[in-house]
Amino acid sequence: MSENKLNLTLKIWKQAGTNAPGSFETHKVTVSPDASFLEMLDELNDGLEREGKDPVAFESDCREGICGTCGLVINGHPHGPVPRVATCQLHMRNFKDGETIYIEPFRAKAFPVLRDLIVDRSAFDKIMYAGGYVSVNTGGVPDANAIPIPRDIAAEAFDAAACIGCGACVAACKNASAMLFMSAKISQLALLPQGQAERHQRVEAMVAKMDELGFGACTNTYACEAECPKGISISNIARMNREFLVSKIVSKLTD
Amino acid sequence: MIKLDSKIPEGNISEKWTNHKFNMKLVNPANKRKYNVIVVGTGLAGASAAASLGELGYNVLAFTYHDSARRAHSIAAQGGINAAKNYQNDGDSVHRLFYDTVKGGDFRAREANVHRLAEVSGNIIDQCVAQGVPFAREYGGLLDNRSFGGAQVSRTFYAKGQTGQQLLLGAYSALNRQVALGTVKMMTRKEMLELVMVDGKARGIITRDLVTGTTEKWVADAVILATGGYSNVFFLSTNAMNCNTTAIWRAHKKGALFGNPCYTQIHPTCLPVHGESQSKLTLMSESLRNDGRIWVSKKKGDMRNANDIPEEERDYYLERKYPSYGNLSPRDISSRSAKEAFDDGRGVKGGEAVYLDFSDAIKRLGKHVIEDRYGNLFEIYETITGEHPYETPMMIYPAPHYTMGGLWVDYNLMSTIPGLFVLGEANFSDHGANRLGASALMQGLADGYFVIPYTIGNYLAENKPDGLKNSNEEFAKVEKDVNNITNRLLSINGKQTVDQIHKKLGRIMWNKVGMARNEKGLKEAIKEISELREEFWKDVKVVGKADELNQNLERAGRVADYLELGELMAVDALHRKESCGGHFREEYQTEEGEAKRDDENFAYVGAWEFEKNGKWNLHKEELKFDYVKLATRSYK
Repeated sequence: MSENKLNLTLKIWKQAGTNAPGSFETHKVTVSPDASFLEMLDELNDGLEREGKDPVAFESDCREGICGTCGLVINGHPHGPVPRVATCQLHMRNFKDGETIYIEPFRAKAFPVLRDLIVDRSAFDKIMYAGGYVSVNTGGVPDANAIPIPRDIAAEAFDAAACIGCGACVAACKNASAMLFMSAKISQLALLPQGQAERHQRVEAMVAKMDELGFGACTNTYACEAECPKGISISNIARMNREFLVSKIVSKLTD
Repeated sequence: MIKLDSKIPEGNISEKWTNHKFNMKLVNPANKRKYNVIVVGTGLAGASAAASLGELGYNVLAFTYHDSARRAHSIAAQGGINAAKNYQNDGDSVHRLFYDTVKGGDFRAREANVHRLAEVSGNIIDQCVAQGVPFAREYGGLLDNRSFGGAQVSRTFYAKGQTGQQLLLGAYSALNRQVALGTVKMMTRKEMLELVMVDGKARGIITRDLVTGTTEKWVADAVILATGGYSNVFFLSTNAMNCNTTAIWRAHKKGALFGNPCYTQIHPTCLPVHGESQSKLTLMSESLRNDGRIWVSKKKGDMRNANDIPEEERDYYLERKYPSYGNLSPRDISSRSAKEAFDDGRGVKGGEAVYLDFSDAIKRLGKHVIEDRYGNLFEIYETITGEHPYETPMMIYPAPHYTMGGLWVDYNLMSTIPGLFVLGEANFSDHGANRLGASALMQGLADGYFVIPYTIGNYLAENKPDGLKNSNEEFAKVEKDVNNITNRLLSINGKQTVDQIHKKLGRIMWNKVGMARNEKGLKEAIKEISELREEFWKDVKVVGKADELNQNLERAGRVADYLELGELMAVDALHRKESCGGHFREEYQTEEGEAKRDDENFAYVGAWEFEKNGKWNLHKEELKFDYVKLATRSYK
């Protein structure tokens, strides 16, 4: 464990509410390189609270990179400078003594700021309500091994299903598109036999919902894949586009 | 005077649940929509319950303090979920899973509940697969299994090291479908702060909207709490930052008995503490023990690096002490052995850590196999510590992880408050004094998918909708109590921050109500916690206002409840003059240092009734073991 502490300057976005104006606030901190990024903010907040000042509002929960609650834009990168690491798993040893760090919320029209670094991502749930499921009720399903699935297909479906719904893809995209997030779920279910029955209506309903919620379209910049903490592949978007096209053709043919 | 009635059905253990399902009353399908059910918490238990009840036609209101149901801490479970499918042809059966779970719980669980859990375990896997949960598979396309601690068969289903995530997203998808259909209304960013009772029954809750700070009153015909465990009483635990005891604690203070509060699970394989600013501890899945070997140096205070310690100077203590289970010994035993090594001065470089070493497995199976099995866990380790487990052994140490204790429930999962049901980790029911690995996911989903949909019908059939509105005076009264607490917290304006006091509480709990307990320490803990509680209410500083997004206020309320619960945990631990499972009393151990149960005097559930702060009355539910013979638990 390292002994040399880091002295850092933080420029943190402060915004009292959705419609309030925001601005950067400057704080100086000294932190152990073994601490996590959020532990640094914890310490900062503890100090602010002690002085009776408002702490910086930010969200986190599991701090193991899996719940998707945390998400800060750090020096311009959603989840910070280290690839495939969520904000909560980012450790201070990745920063240099004397550095200035800019900390902002995820910015997108569909993700309004609630306070400081906290944004409202409920639009993601709404996309899921539109069709991100297999319509089976509890009980009355076949034995689990009655549905054999080739190992590589199961693995590919898993890779898509590993999305944590954090919204970094939206924050990274210049169009604030939710395509990577949505395509991961569409891919998972399109790959698996369980998802076949609703394959076409699912993709159409989810895409329509995404458009309605104010997310942009995909222009293939690959920024989402680069910033995704779980390495969700952009090939999911290609699969979703194929699914969408096939669905449109099928619905025309069966009209 | 409360009389505990476990309502265990008559008959042979393998027929109890079947008979009970037949004997319970039903609600006519057309009448179900007339009932309102509140579900608090949307983890595995809450989401599966809300979805299943919605499918049946009930009007469900589901609450979470997160921004989405998908964030619940079930998502962080790594290793897997047990089910008695016997897909591996290795001799598994419902009875064996039942037996292993009762034995693993050190004979402090209710047999009938555990048997039901084992019976429905297979249905859970079927359900999840039908939802599209991408479990690991073999080359033939069938499901793969791995082994977990406390079992000699392979019955654990998994999805890499992210099983909890995949199961939760499955339940979340079922929930979303019901939200789309309108049977479930999803209430996000609202935290339950009180239970409302009318005529002695649970009839609603008071929530605080975490964005606007507004308190709201919600009325229902039954209330389900699926709000998880209370390991964060230790401050440092593997639980998520927001996990708290508030919902069950407030229900406890309203009359729900608290079962076995002292049964806490200290998980053996977590990352060691790095320093004062540590906010939580990270678990490394127990599945790592399938291929990793745990060891420390034979020498005290050995300051050499792991790779410089020759083979003959290493003590693979679990393999030495428990040859038949070895590195897969149950969690309580593995944790305590790590503590013994540390107490003996043989922790890594004298510190609170032991090694978990994969070099043998890498030699035997090749790096690619290990990467395939544990790649993502190794990545997590590397991200956090900056070290590579392929080259140097991992360092691990035990940390609070799960609480077997919780609100007491009967066979129908109803607490001592009529109409208040408790599911998942929030109840005390199935794991006795120690939970086996991969059994928490099983219990959460069993409760939500396959138990509550039946048992709640039985209650509702007898408690017909009466048109109660939240304008009822009881709601206004309880809302006022909630606001009074909030205002009191905001007006103290003392010198210590909420975290400062929480850390102090955590230290008391870890040192005196942790892995090993004794009479002197527990008595001190009780005194210290009650003093700390007084200190909190005099000297805490909570900034901000009530009617805004105020995370400091949220944490303050939760810590206030922990300061009461912590004392009850110590009271329970002090009264239980035996060692069992996760509860190890130093005075009660065998000559070899193993836990010594006292079945004569303590084969019961300790269920505590709240009288006032610092004063509880004990009720006992005697436990009978008709199908698993009481025996000293041996993994030698």
